[in-house]
Amino acid sequence: MQWKKSGLILITVLMAIVMAACSSDGEKNTTTTDGQTAADVPQEIVVRVNDDPDFLDPHKATASISYQMILNIFEGLMAPETDGSLKEGLAESHEISEDGLTYTFKIRQGVKFHNGDDLTMEDIQYSFDRLMGKNGGEKMSNSFDNVASTEAPDASTFVIKLKEPNSNFLYSLTGRQSAIIPKRNDGKHNENPIGTGPFAFVKYAPGTNLELKKNEQYWQEGLPYLNKVTFAFQSDDQAAIMSLMANEVDLTSVPWHRVSEVEGSYNLSHQNNNSSLIVTFNETKAPFDNVKVRQAINYAISKADIIDSVFAGYAVPLGSNMSPAMGDFQKKGLESMYERDVEKAKALLAEAGYPDGFKTKITVSSHNDIYSNIAQIVVANLQEIGIDVEIEVVEWGIWLDRVYFGRDYAMTTIDLTGRASAFEVLNDYISTNDSENFFLFKNEEYDKIMADVLKETDQAKQIDYYHRAQEILAEQATAVYIADYQIVWGSDKQVTGLKSYPFWFHDMSEVKFSN
Amino acid sequence: MMYILRRIILLITTILLVSIITFGVFQILPGDPVRTMLGTEADPTQIENLRSELGLDRPLYEQYVDWMKGLLTGQLGNSIRFSMPVKELLFDRLPVTMSLAGLTLIIVLIISLPLGMFAARRQNKLSDVSLSTVTQIGMAVPSFWLGMMLILYIGLQFSFFKISGYIPWTQSLAGALSTLILPALTIAIPQIAVNFRYVRTAILEQVQLDYVRTIRSKGMSEQNVMYKHVLKNSMIPILTVFGLIMAEVVAGTIIVEQVFSLPGIGQLLITAISNRDFPLVQGIVMYITVAVVMINFIVDVLYSVLDPRIRLR
Repeated sequence: MQWKKSGLILITVLMAIVMAACSSDGEKNTTTTDGQTAADVPQEIVVRVNDDPDFLDPHKATASISYQMILNIFEGLMAPETDGSLKEGLAESHEISEDGLTYTFKIRQGVKFHNGDDLTMEDIQYSFDRLMGKNGGEKMSNSFDNVASTEAPDASTFVIKLKEPNSNFLYSLTGRQSAIIPKRNDGKHNENPIGTGPFAFVKYAPGTNLELKKNEQYWQEGLPYLNKVTFAFQSDDQAAIMSLMANEVDLTSVPWHRVSEVEGSYNLSHQNNNSSLIVTFNETKAPFDNVKVRQAINYAISKADIIDSVFAGYAVPLGSNMSPAMGDFQKKGLESMYERDVEKAKALLAEAGYPDGFKTKITVSSHNDIYSNIAQIVVANLQEIGIDVEIEVVEWGIWLDRVYFGRDYAMTTIDLTGRASAFEVLNDYISTNDSENFFLFKNEEYDKIMADVLKETDQAKQIDYYHRAQEILAEQATAVYIADYQIVWGSDKQVTGLKSYPFWFHDMSEVKFSN
Repeated sequence: MMYILRRIILLITTILLVSIITFGVFQILPGDPVRTMLGTEADPTQIENLRSELGLDRPLYEQYVDWMKGLLTGQLGNSIRFSMPVKELLFDRLPVTMSLAGLTLIIVLIISLPLGMFAARRQNKLSDVSLSTVTQIGMAVPSFWLGMMLILYIGLQFSFFKISGYIPWTQSLAGALSTLILPALTIAIPQIAVNFRYVRTAILEQVQLDYVRTIRSKGMSEQNVMYKHVLKNSMIPILTVFGLIMAEVVAGTIIVEQVFSLPGIGQLLITAISNRDFPLVQGIVMYITVAVVMINFIVDVLYSVLDPRIRLR
């Protein structure tokens, strides 16, 4: 009898749980992550991002994932445009002297920080001094080594004088590289970040989310529309798409192979990532020090195979380290320079002294599946010309240590994050750029072009320089420039106003929920 | 008393050994936390600044001594990845993992105990055989797969269940349950299977013993036989397994929190390891060690209460 009773109790408990679950059906859209109801919280968005920011202090942050979020909090004298050009930000206008050395900025009046304080020249001066290490601390950026002096002749003018002309300098003045932060918040920029941007910091819960609220006093009339932005950290792409389906997030990237599952029910937008996904070599190590070997590999690797199988077609083939997202700065046509040709590849290998191929290793990071997926195609492609490639998968930290900083590798594959500035996209290959040139590429003509372009003020001529630089990278087969893969963003159908930049930035200023 | 003292000495030794190993392991493992954190875009100035700010440029023995001193006073240092005290991060996450572990244990208990007793009573009958088969499958199922299946077939179908995030008990009881039930079931299902089998076996072993026959022959009611004698005497083997299950539950949270994006200690550990955030990893490992060692200690003490003969061994 007792056993029957226990069974009965058990069944009752289980039924109660199931009924509780079913009875709440229909509340799907009304509960939010913090337990409030949708009716109480209009214009609030939950954006899924893969990882936490490295720092909230904009001068300390370096990871692109951080800027994706914090550029909503901070602004610089200049601001990025969606086409990669620049517009005025906290500066109302700017003038550059004829010799290219003096930059004069008229600063917007009436701009307030999130704590209610007015933006003053003292804050601007403080921000640059902090970056250059002039107010006692360590310098925080190398971008301002070329600055001779900064001064504020009156309450609305800020002047920066350079030691040498630099056509890329304006790009150093956006919120990404020199956010203007209040002097009064000194020492607290990381735990309580304050800026002038459309959203103000509310709370950061490590590993969970970053909450921002509307800046009611934002200087751009009528903006922003959203009252609250929550960046929810979720590393797993597959789990993220389920969160989108369960209405727990409103915006997330969608894994390429799962686009068909959300098509129709969600708004999809495609963003050129402006990154260059490359398969590259250590160019000081034999046999990769031989340009013919590098060209042979370029002929042997099928970009189309990689684009189709790894990115399900959501990628644009590249011919050098620049994506079509960069507009006129990109040299077009280079992507067809090495059309797949196995025979030509074999011939080049033979000319280089490797008629029977050779053995080598490709070291890839495990932090994203795409690298090992690409490596498998590389192995199959190169097998056809006799090159025997072993795949070595290592953790991201080890990849950085050994491959990127240690340069102890033969082959690798990685995507080089896009920047808004053409110069910064290409400067990795300058032979003296010890911190970024992990290919150990050395080419005198290239170095000269990249030095000359900084002195050139005419944009048409700058473009010519950048085109030639890209040709050199292609001719020298510095890497196999595979593709700029697209990020497919899936969002709630009511979300409008998403803007896409040629770098990672979830600009929430014009986003709203509309019926 | 000597028994408990011996257990305490064993407990302290285990914790000390683990602390030494966790510190040592990070000195051998490749991967630089500063570079991992700042990625490819950091310039050398930023890398050097951060390294000196974190004290990573100091000699190893100084770092070790400081860590040990901190450990004794309960200060676990600052996380590299999150620029926050490890203690603060742990305290923020602890309620999530504790709630998850607690709910899991309750589910395991309320299902496996009656089920095990039920099956034991019906040994070799159809219900017993089918339960044993089902639990055999339950034991073999990997938790990440089970989690995904629960998300797909329950989480996405019934909106009561949330598939990511966490709502604290203090804010909403139903909210907390909606975030915790599916992850708790994910950990619980294999453990129910394990516990069910032990309960069943332990009771069957007892039932066959002479004393049961004797008390039955004296006319004691079946209910009294089961609860006053059989169940009490079966508790020692069941407790052993239950101690192990509790340790499994604590460990299980690591994978399950990742699958359900639950901001608990397990998820924190994975982030910490992939970022080479060794102060944080050391802190979490110490927490898990203390939790598991304490559970075993409590189980050992409970043994000695249930069966005084154990104290004499």
